[in-house]
Amino acid sequence: MTSDDPQLRVSKIRNGTVIDHVTAGQALNVLAILGIDGTGGEEVSVGMNVPSSRIDGKDVVKVEGRELSQAEVDVLSLIAPEATINIIRDYEVIRKTRVQRPNAVVGVIECPNHNCITNAEEPVESEFDVLDEGIRCRYCDTILREKLAAQIRA
Amino acid sequence: MRQGDLVSATSLSRADVETVLDHAAAIAADPESWRERHAGTLLALCFFEPSTRTRMSFDAAMKRLGGDTVDMGHVESSSVEKGESLADTVRVIEGYADALVLRHPSEGAARMAAEYVDIPLINAGDGAGQHPSQTLLDLYTMREATGLDEVTVGILGDLKYGRTVHSLAEALTEFDARMHFVSPRSLRLPRSVRYDIEDAGGEVREHEDLNPVLSDLDVLYVTRIQRERFPDESEYREVAGKYRIDDETLAAARDDLTVMHPLPRVDEIDSAVDTTDHARYFRQAHNGVPVRMALLDLLL
Repeated sequence: MTSDDPQLRVSKIRNGTVIDHVTAGQALNVLAILGIDGTGGEEVSVGMNVPSSRIDGKDVVKVEGRELSQAEVDVLSLIAPEATINIIRDYEVIRKTRVQRPNAVVGVIECPNHNCITNAEEPVESEFDVLDEGIRCRYCDTILREKLAAQIRA
Repeated sequence: MRQGDLVSATSLSRADVETVLDHAAAIAADPESWRERHAGTLLALCFFEPSTRTRMSFDAAMKRLGGDTVDMGHVESSSVEKGESLADTVRVIEGYADALVLRHPSEGAARMAAEYVDIPLINAGDGAGQHPSQTLLDLYTMREATGLDEVTVGILGDLKYGRTVHSLAEALTEFDARMHFVSPRSLRLPRSVRYDIEDAGGEVREHEDLNPVLSDLDVLYVTRIQRERFPDESEYREVAGKYRIDDETLAAARDDLTVMHPLPRVDEIDSAVDTTDHARYFRQAHNGVPVRMALLDLLL
């Protein structure tokens, strides 16, 4: 790691997650997916439009004291398909993985169709199949391609 | 068709459709020999939205197979009014009947309900989603009139909210059918149906005006503008009455054009068309009985 490494432009973290190679402009949506809005007291660093050799500009998000769940990584992959997840313990990267688009996303995205049964008072979780472009509600078939982050359940 | 359920037309393969239609034709040719086939079988009719044709033809179909029906009745007189969930309702009804027919105003209701019951469940319409048993009788009627391959079909009217349209268009991708979709811009096919058609290798040909394609059509499938599904009455009024099929319209059509409609109609087909050779919509409605008899016999 050199001194001009983009990851060093924001402070290093001791324990937590560095989400690197996030599609430029999506950092705030990544925070939305993680349910981070600043009120929870989490220590977060964000780099936006950072030069990258792998993709045309990237965002970087560092979250102290939190390791992402698989469900969070699955949804992340939909808005940041090139992202890498670095799990940090005691300042060292102990695991580095590329996100992989899942076949389905369960329970984390609200169907934008207000008349979908998953938005009724019924014991059913939202479930979306992941398409090449966008996701499709397994119940009402609505295809969602834009504004995915806005549909993440609070 | 998933084992035991009919929730969506997307699950119907060409072989599934042909099996049901062939079976329906056999039943229609000799209805008497099916009279005791399902004696003692009970079919539950659960309609959370109004229905005449679908409810009555399922009722007739089950009884003509020797079985009987139990009807949930009007929503206002059921426990739904007390706030009971659909999931609870179908789990209770499962104990009273051998199969269940469900119509519900929410898209995806049938798929969710099917996850809660083990008896066969037939989607008789879920909001603006799907109506696959209507599609089977539409295809039966179309096959009688024109065949299902090398056929050009125009689908006219409310393509956005019309659930019969969604199911029919997706099922026709299993056949060598060329489809034209005619509607106001605001009532075009939803993204998911377009996706399924294109994913199956079909082409979505869209028009606002019927006239340029009318003379190419073997079948014209007319639908009602679904007033009850519009979020705003003013949006409905903008498109209401946009299309009306009458003798003058049909003067430009081929002599052998078949006109179909899932019914009920409001004013989109003039009653003068009823007595022409083009009109197939009442026969189409009558075909609901043998086709639903075939479907029940195959699912039960």
